[in-house]
Amino acid sequence: MSPPLAPTGWSRWLVPPAALSVHLSIGQAYAWSVFKPPLESALGLSGTQSALPFQLGIVMLGLSAAFGGTLVERNGPRWAMTVALCCFSSGFLLSALGAATEQYWLIVLGYGFVGGIGLGIGYISPVSTLIKWFPDRPGMATGIAIMGFGGGALIASPWSAQMLESFGADPSGIALAFLVHGLTYAVFMSLGVLLVRVPRPDSRPTPSGPSPIEGVQVSARNAVRTPQFWCLWVVLCMNVTAGIGILEKAAPMITDFFADTDTPVSVSAAAGFVALLSAANMAGRIGWSSTSDLIGRKNIYRLYLGVGAVMYLLITQFGDSSKPLFIICALVILSFYGGGFATIPAYLKDLFGTYQVGAIHGRLLTAWSTAGVLGPLIVNWVADSQEEAGKHGAGLYGLSLTIMIGLLVVGFVANELVRPVHPRHHIPAPREAADDDTVRDQQSA
Amino acid sequence: MTTPSGTSSPPSPPGRPGPSRRGLIVFAWLWVGLPLAYGIYELVRKATQLFTG
Repeated sequence: MSPPLAPTGWSRWLVPPAALSVHLSIGQAYAWSVFKPPLESALGLSGTQSALPFQLGIVMLGLSAAFGGTLVERNGPRWAMTVALCCFSSGFLLSALGAATEQYWLIVLGYGFVGGIGLGIGYISPVSTLIKWFPDRPGMATGIAIMGFGGGALIASPWSAQMLESFGADPSGIALAFLVHGLTYAVFMSLGVLLVRVPRPDSRPTPSGPSPIEGVQVSARNAVRTPQFWCLWVVLCMNVTAGIGILEKAAPMITDFFADTDTPVSVSAAAGFVALLSAANMAGRIGWSSTSDLIGRKNIYRLYLGVGAVMYLLITQFGDSSKPLFIICALVILSFYGGGFATIPAYLKDLFGTYQVGAIHGRLLTAWSTAGVLGPLIVNWVADSQEEAGKHGAGLYGLSLTIMIGLLVVGFVANELVRPVHPRHHIPAPREAADDDTVRDQQSA
Repeated sequence: MTTPSGTSSPPSPPGRPGPSRRGLIVFAWLWVGLPLAYGIYELVRKATQLFTG
């Protein structure tokens, strides 16, 4: 399938909704927890078993983004969105069959394996195209799409819960809910497939702005051989791990921090705190990523990692004495977490150009998968060991918060080490390539 | 110039929508904006529990 070229006069403002239709759908993955309790009671599963489809889905997201990136670049965004639509929807349909026949392995295979491929290909599908359409504002463009991934869970969580309430939490009710999810997401994502277009190579999306293919261009194969790629890998991994440090334990953390004070936090207030963190995460994706277009990518990561470390420090030192301070620091950290995700494609574009930025982004997402394992592991292990040591309240989290500060400092240093890519990694400019071909032709003639 | 549906429309500057595409832009943004607005509404409802709960 050849990439769908935009006809003359095609508006670039049609591309963000195309991207959003995919990201708002696949963001449903973060609302998987809604299905866990009904599955556990209907199929007699443990908590660990019911988490399997989500965990496999996230592993497949990382793998398919890493290994499918080059295919996405070669075949274009419409092909990628079609693959994402087919995999994500058929994942739900297989899960419906699994629930109806009470075969849990089908749900794991469907949602986790097949749906997970849809997650990975869908996640990277619009990135390169958006950057090409918005060479003047790549941070804002990718911020819109990646904000959609955060927004997907906000939509799916209440929607799925209401559906399960209406259909019932027995196997047939769950099967019906999966079926409706699969069909609805197929229709919703089809907008992206139909709308997405790539700009013509000779076009300028804005009359006075840069061309989509100006500047340094590095292939995905060469990019992974540069220190810049691995510095950014460390930056993303540390930033995500630090964010997960708060996300993983948000509700028990705020409850424990203020348990011994005059104003303890109730269970419903803690749920409200978690919701507020989701809002900060989403706002950070669009807000900070757009800001990076103004102040530069390196500076914005200095902010995420440097100020993030200061926020963690404030929580460890004064968090239990002031609830507003604790909440504000946590919100800032979560906004940086979201911002870190959303700004990384634009950072990659600055360093490696637009040539295969989607494929490079896919490979970099392995940092996310690593952080997804590392973050919860550190936080849960430290919390358990502190509890065994007889600590309570804010004392339960002191060590893990200090570890998070250390990780952010490592990320800060990695960001400082980022330099422009050495010219030996660049692909030849079209004219140089043409000259090379001419010389080769003359030599062979 | 020819639109994907095969109808003719006057050329417009790059990046700026032709008159026939404004409706499509509004439709596309509503398509994604309405579900997102629902999600944000539910989120705000839940987040207020922090101050009222």
